[in-house]
Amino acid sequence: MLHFVLFFIFAAICLGGAINLLAQKHPISSALSLIVVMGSLAVEYLLLGAEFVAIVQVIIYAGAIMVLFVFVIMLLNAGIEEHTRGSRVALILGFPGMLALGLLISWVLVRNPEHTVPVGAEYGPANAIGRLLFHEFILPFEVTSVLILIAIMGAVVLASPMHPRFPEPEPEQRELVAAGESRSDS
Amino acid sequence: MPTIKGFIIVSVVKIVVALFVLVTVVAYTVWLERKVVGHIQNRWGPTRVGPFGLLQPLADGIKFLLKEDITPPHVYRPLYIAAPILSLTLALTSIAVIPIGGWITIGQSSTPLQITDVNIALLIILGITSMGVYGVALAGWSSNNKYSLLGSLRASAQMVSYEIALGLALIGVLILSGSFSLRDIVDSQAGTWWGWLPKWNFFKGQFVAFFVYLMAAFAETNRVPFDLPEAETELVAGYHTEYSSMKFAMFFMAEYANMITVACLASILFLGGWHGPLFGPNLLRDVLPVFWFVLRVFCFLFLYIWIRGTLPRFRYDQLMAFGWKFLLPIAIANLVITALVVAVRS
Repeated sequence: MLHFVLFFIFAAICLGGAINLLAQKHPISSALSLIVVMGSLAVEYLLLGAEFVAIVQVIIYAGAIMVLFVFVIMLLNAGIEEHTRGSRVALILGFPGMLALGLLISWVLVRNPEHTVPVGAEYGPANAIGRLLFHEFILPFEVTSVLILIAIMGAVVLASPMHPRFPEPEPEQRELVAAGESRSDS
Repeated sequence: MPTIKGFIIVSVVKIVVALFVLVTVVAYTVWLERKVVGHIQNRWGPTRVGPFGLLQPLADGIKFLLKEDITPPHVYRPLYIAAPILSLTLALTSIAVIPIGGWITIGQSSTPLQITDVNIALLIILGITSMGVYGVALAGWSSNNKYSLLGSLRASAQMVSYEIALGLALIGVLILSGSFSLRDIVDSQAGTWWGWLPKWNFFKGQFVAFFVYLMAAFAETNRVPFDLPEAETELVAGYHTEYSSMKFAMFFMAEYANMITVACLASILFLGGWHGPLFGPNLLRDVLPVFWFVLRVFCFLFLYIWIRGTLPRFRYDQLMAFGWKFLLPIAIANLVITALVVAVRS
């Protein structure tokens, strides 16, 4: 019963955060709304008995990835966004499409209630997840880690000042580049 | 069989007591710091309010409450107000999963000396620490002041960088004890070898992890020698330059509450928590574990203050190089060696 009430409270917070994300004009406020969405999703995972996934959601998404988002917004000093009035196609097709998709998903879930059970002790605790990752899913897990390593190395190479593809421009060239940039800005 | 009503009553009582104790300890850590640093610098520290200046924290609290709360005109108000609240809330929340002793029995019901014993306690603390970055980052940004922004960027970068070394240092302990629950980790360190050497994780080969943790923890809490975020000589007061009155006090309390959390965690993870020699009558046996735990935490806080009174500040590039090129490789090496030893033994 308590779980049921908590589920709806945090589902409402999650949806509210998502709507606020779209409605806010300032990028920082949008980023913070996204953190609210992620935090309430973590609570939903917790209610489903997946405590490890829940806390990893907080540590990785809310604590690491969103920090980078917020950093970028702060460093670029992004101002208030310009809002367009929105396209008419999206307005006409979007709401019925969302309604249809929502109805479809809820219909499938209501028809097959056996698919909506809490993960419980089988997948919830960290040692169960560890066993799954390092036994059944060892290959995808290792491939993913190599992929991430490649991405990190790529980022380091691209950001490195020694990169051969971007030679340091000569002083007069640099002025030209700067002038070109300021022209394209205006 | 505990009822829901009993559970709620016990929890509320524990939360109120823990918060009261924590806030008091925070206030007296400030007093201790002023006193110890004073003596290190051949001064007296606070002496005027009460005996040995013991009522100074109370006077400070009243002063903070009564001071004018200035909101500069150029700040981004919602976040400017939210940032200190976020900092303090997160700092106080982590005490919820920290155990300070064994079980106490009152009448028929017995309860652990801890607000809640969850099996992912350590991860919760890491999660709360990683969210703590927002308080600092948003404070600096919403102040619309270049010193504040520089301070908060430094603080955030430092906290994110050292969190990795901190987390990796903890994994060695997790491998040895096989649980995220802080109570289980403490229980796995009970007993002694040869009757005198306690089976602390520190003596089980995690001494390297302990020192990595210690250094990363100093950086996480923005304390000397890693106090670049509020380096007075270059940044006025860093991310809380624009804050006054109670909002400033909130950042201040958050910093000290974080120090206490870190000290508790170090005692639990590496130094055997509340285990220590028990003797005397039954009542003393009940109180002694808490005393041993508090003693360890006190030693850590003293070490913090001692280092603050002794060491100069790092330069920013030194700080980053130290974190990424020195602490992180050592933490990874420690992790690999611990895992190998455990794998070979089992």
